[in-house]
Parts: sequence; structure tokens; C-alpha cells
Amino acid sequence: MPVSSAALPEAGPSSAIREPVIAIVGNPNCGKSTIFNALTGLKQKVANYPGVTVEKREGSCFSQHGKRLRLLDLPGAYSLNARSPDEAVVRDVLMGRRKDTPRPDAVVLVADASNLERNLYLTTQVLELGLPAMLVLNMMDVAEAKKWRIDLKELEQRLGVPVVPMQATSGKGLVELKAAMSRQLPVPKHTPPMPAEISAALDGIRQDLTNAGALHDTASLLESLYLISDHDPQHYGIADAHISRISACHDGLEKKFPGWEDRLAGARYDAVESILKDVLRRPEKDEATFTDRIDAVLLNPIFGFAIMLSAMVLLLYTIFALSEAPMGWIEGAFGWAGDWVKGHMAEGDLRDLLVDGVIAGVGGVVIFLPQIMILFFFIGLMEDTGYMARVAFMMDRIMGWAGLNGKAFVPFLSAYACAVPGIMATRTIASLKDRIVTILVTPLASCSARLPVYMLMIAAMFPAGQVAAWQKALVLVSMYALGTLGAFCFGWLFNRTIMRGETSLMVLEMPSYKRPSLKHLVIYVLERARIFIRRAGTVILGLTIILWAAMNYPKTEGDPSSQVAHSVAGMAGHAIEPVIKPLGFDWKIGIGLIASFAAREVFNSTMGVIYAVENSDEEDITPLREHMQAETWPDGAPVYTPLVCVSVMVFFVFAMQCLSTVAVVKRETNGWKWPLFQIAYMTAAAYIASLIVYQGGRLLGF
Amino acid sequence: MQAIPLTQLKDGSSAIIKDIPVGHDEHITRLRELGLVPGTKIRVVRRAPLGDPIEVAVRGSRIAMRRSEARHIEILPVQE
Repeated sequence: MPVSSAALPEAGPSSAIREPVIAIVGNPNCGKSTIFNALTGLKQKVANYPGVTVEKREGSCFSQHGKRLRLLDLPGAYSLNARSPDEAVVRDVLMGRRKDTPRPDAVVLVADASNLERNLYLTTQVLELGLPAMLVLNMMDVAEAKKWRIDLKELEQRLGVPVVPMQATSGKGLVELKAAMSRQLPVPKHTPPMPAEISAALDGIRQDLTNAGALHDTASLLESLYLISDHDPQHYGIADAHISRISACHDGLEKKFPGWEDRLAGARYDAVESILKDVLRRPEKDEATFTDRIDAVLLNPIFGFAIMLSAMVLLLYTIFALSEAPMGWIEGAFGWAGDWVKGHMAEGDLRDLLVDGVIAGVGGVVIFLPQIMILFFFIGLMEDTGYMARVAFMMDRIMGWAGLNGKAFVPFLSAYACAVPGIMATRTIASLKDRIVTILVTPLASCSARLPVYMLMIAAMFPAGQVAAWQKALVLVSMYALGTLGAFCFGWLFNRTIMRGETSLMVLEMPSYKRPSLKHLVIYVLERARIFIRRAGTVILGLTIILWAAMNYPKTEGDPSSQVAHSVAGMAGHAIEPVIKPLGFDWKIGIGLIASFAAREVFNSTMGVIYAVENSDEEDITPLREHMQAETWPDGAPVYTPLVCVSVMVFFVFAMQCLSTVAVVKRETNGWKWPLFQIAYMTAAAYIASLIVYQGGRLLGF
Repeated sequence: MQAIPLTQLKDGSSAIIKDIPVGHDEHITRLRELGLVPGTKIRVVRRAPLGDPIEVAVRGSRIAMRRSEARHIEILPVQE
């Protein structure tokens, strides 16, 4: 089929002035991003396509003649028949349907040589679009290990574009790739494998959609084809006005030719088979590969779980242990900066704002970086080596109980250290529905910020020396178990309520094991850190300053304790007392709850300020505990009965109480809808659970 | 030979895909795009330690899918 627009980038007078845009396109797991990183290094920027959490990665490199090339790393896709916003972006960019991204002047297709048939499905779809193109056959080493013989010359002949073999993780073939990119790439001439009757019907649809103004390129049937076969639940990239028109066209065609999409998929695989007939020689029976031998151990029912368990323990331990020192330095540095400003500025509101609002707020953002970077180093390592897919494979059944899929396991697990990197890690979950449910329940994992609160309450619950350490430990473990159980129950519930009817296909690719590339890993980790600071950091800083102001205004004379009591937050604490009294909480605990919305561990320091405990410090909670045990209601009854202590802990198990998490959820879900829903459901769950504990406990005579 | 669902194929055994009837699941077309078209050879590589999902080899790629999807895939076992 002739595609007229293909000639555009070759001859246009503007192409000499404008830097050529080259898109990198390929299946997920084909090593596309490794190639992009190898070409661009750190000369890249990452943003989101507007309205979705699909990453737009752009960079640049120089051709052999010193000409600057703009590179666009498109999201991984299996087909131009989009089933997700990621694939819709690939379709729309390649067809020039996006206003924010120019239609590429050329395409570098990347295919996994050891999985050539499946990769050629997308490759042939893209070649038919008629953009100047070339093909990179990555992972040649894996194909060779499988005893596959690929006739590259024959493949070039068949496809009509240059083919460059590569081994991206070791950099082999990079020079040849650059050389090929520096030359004028040929325009492939391919006709889509399509039964004549469907082609004729599509012609009618093209007329229809042209009249409706839904098409950018009326010369070809392909835009009509890929629009009506759009199965992305969000219909990303398609104007609302056109959606019903397009789906009517789809249904009309389906009525005429039931199963036409399946027929097209079959016809394309027939075409791929005929291309490969003289290209690919493979042994009759699959060779047992390196990957098979490793899988025999790593997926073994006993060893596999033992190894995975050890890996996960190592992951959690590393996040806790390795992040401790840098987090201490960050705290120290920001504390020093605050003191320095204090010493160099006159007392007043501005100084307080700078020290306690801005500097503390920025410190509160930067403090997350060690944990985020360590977690993403491990995630990057597991993704690049291929182990992540194995963890998901083994854990899918268990996560399935909560309506989640196996890919949710590592993000959820890492949330026991901190929900912020855990939620950022949900990006690896392909299905939007599964990703949202995972994000919603992840903060129920008892993160390390809850630990100080649990410890304080356990200390207040048991007078010193009265109970054995194991009894205290049992209380602590119960809180962790309660949070985990809560996450599974809410995951189950959300799947049957708000997410009902939204099914997702769990197809997990099991890539062959690969050696990771350090350069790729470093770029990946730095990129995650930068994204966190830029996107979530600003929201965290803003909310910190607001909360700081609520604790410090209006100003009153007197000690810090009465200042807090008379601030906006203090008044709010008084105001909510009637609401929280059924949980056993007084207004002072109310202030603690409000203040600890900034971060859970703030509860301890706030209670210290409220009770005007001298020398309260984080390490030693004895003075605070003694003060709490002496605290009474106006009628003389003690506030912190063991039952109230449990009630506070249960509240903290479920309540959101973390504005950094709110900020990250807002970024990862692209709006305020889900974070607000999350605050609402978690606070409600916390309230109800504490109510049951306190009132139930009272009935039982505690 | 009688067609059976993919879930009944033993680990390590091969079969030919006979059909993936439409209408069960809106995602079936994607399975075809991943290479599971009728007439294709498919092999069950292993089941996950807890029995679900199932890993299959098809056209040189390895894909894991849940039993809930695999049971819609009708296959004809082949003698090795």
C-alpha cells in the first residue's frame, strides 16, 4: 500500500535545519532502553505524556558526521493495536497524531534476536507505516546459545531495511548501529497482510472517519485500522468526540466479519513465518539453555522460595541498614543549615519560616533519597537480569488472593521500609487497574516510620519491668500482621467494588537471564531520584510548610506547649475531641494525630512538645513515657490505659498519616482523585478499627 | 484426537493450538498477537511452585499466564 507521507523527511528543505528525530521502537524486554542509554548517556530528559503515567524519554546523540540527532525512546509495545496508554503513545507518535511530539523522521526498530518471530509482529506493523527505518537485532548471544542461525543478509533483503546485530549490555554493535543511523535510511515498502474483503471494508471506514475528522493521514488505511482496533480502556490519544464513531466502526466490522482481529493476527504470523523461512534455522527441539538451567534452581518449589526469601530479606535489610548512615548525614546537614540560619538572622516569623518550614521541608524531601536509590538499584538489577519476572511468577498466586498480580510483590514488600519508594516501584506493573489497587493498599504495610509510634505506645502500655520482652514483641508483630491482613482484605474488596468489571490480562514474559549493565543501572537510579525530587518534592515541601504554619499560628505568648495548644492545629485538636473520644483519645492525642499527618514519627515529638517534656529526645523515650503514664482526664482517670495504647497503635496501622505518600500517589496516578480517595478510606478504616478495639475492649472489661 | 484445555497438558509436553474461541475474554486477541494462533506449537515449560500461573514456550518466547486464561485455549496434544 502506498504511503505518501513517507517521502516527507527525505527531501523537505526543513530537514536540513531541524534536527532529525529518530524514534526507538520495540517490544518490552528487548533491550530498547539499554540501547537508548548507550546512545545518549546522561544527555536525556524524562517527562510524562500529558494526562497519563507514560514516560516520555528524549535524548540526543551525534551522528558520525557530527550532526545532532534527537532520539525518542518510545514505550515498549507488543502491537500497534493498543491495549494500554503506552501502546497508544507508540501508535500515535509513529502516525504523527500527537501535537506534543513530532512525527519521527526515521525509526530504529529493536528486536530480541532470541525471540525473533514474536518481535517481528510489531516490526512488520511499523515497517508498513513507511517511515525510513532500520532494525537492530539485540541479544544475538542468547540466540546463538539457543543454536539459532540467523541469516542477516537474507533478513535485510526480506525487510528492505538495514539489519545490525547487537549485544547491547556489553556494547557490542554500538559502533555499527551509529554508522547505520548516520546514513540515509531506506523507506521500506510493505503491504499489510490482510484479506481483501477486510481491506475493502476498511476503505469504507476510512471514508467515514475522514468525514468525521478523526484521521490525520487519509492516504493510508492503517490509521483507520489501528484506531478501530484500539482496546486501551482509557482510549488515550483519541479525542472524546471520535470515540463513539470509532467504536461503531469497530462493531460494524465485527458484525460483518466476526473475529476479524484474530484473523489479522493469524495472517501477520503467516507473513512473519514466510519471512523467516529462509532466514532462521533453529533446532527441531528447543535446546536447554543457560536460562533453563538457572530456572531449574530458581523456580524450584523449595530452593526457589528459599532463594527468593533470602533475596527479599537482603533487599529489606539493605534498605534499612545502608540507608541509615546517609539519612543521618542528611539530617545532620539540614540541622546544621537550620542552626546556621538561626545564628545569622534576627528572630522573627521569617526566620522561623526559613528554618522550621523551608529548610526542614527540603530536608524532609531529601531524606527519602537513600531509600529510593537503594530500592531502585535492586529493582533495576532484578529487572535487567530477568529475576523480577521469576519473583512475580512465584508470588502471583499469593498476591492473587488480594486481587493483585505477582508484579505487586516487590513494591508491596519494600513498603515495609517506606511506602514512598514502594509506590514509585508500582510503575513496573503493566495493567493500570492492578497498579491502582496496589498503590491503594501499599501504605498499609507497616513502614519504618510507624515503628517509633508503636515503640512509644508499647512502652506506655506496660509499666517498666512488668512484662517480658517477648510479650512486647508479640504486640509489635500483631501490628505488622494487622496491616498486612488489612492490605489483602482491602485489595480483595477494591477488586470487587470500585474496580469491578475491569479485568486485566496477566501475561508475564519470562525473559532469558542477562548480565546487567552498570551504566544502564546508574542512569536508571539517578533518573528515579531526579523524578522524585522534581515531582513529589515540590508537593511535599508545600504541604510541610502549610502544616508548619498550622502548628505555629496564630502566635501566642508563652512556652512551646501552649503555643501548640492555641495554634490552628491545636484548636482543631480540641474541635475533633468529641469525634475521637469514642476511640479513647483526648484533644492532646488529637493534636498529635493532626501533626503526624506530616509523617507518622512526628507524633512522638509533638506529644513531647504538648506535654512540655524537658530533654525529650528521640533515642530515649523514658521521660515521655513517664509523663504519658501520669496523664489523666479531667475526672482523674488515666488517659493512657493499655486499651487506649492499643487503640492508638491500631489507628496508626490503618491511617494514611504521611503527606509524602500523598504526594507520590498524586504523581503516580496523575491527579488528586486517588490520593484523596486513599486518605478517605484509610482514615475511615483507622477510625472504625480503633472504635471496635476501644469500645469492644471496654465491653470486655479492659 | 480430542481437544483438551491447555491447563490439562503436563509439564514438558507439547501440543498444537486448535482454537482459542472468542467471546470468553476480551483479552484473547492479545494472546494471538503474542503468537498463540491456531496451528502453533505450544509447550508447557513448568507450573509455578504454587500451581498457578503456567509458563509456556511458543515461537521461541516464554510466557506465563494464569490458569483462568489458559483454560480457554484448546489444544491437541502431540506425541513426541
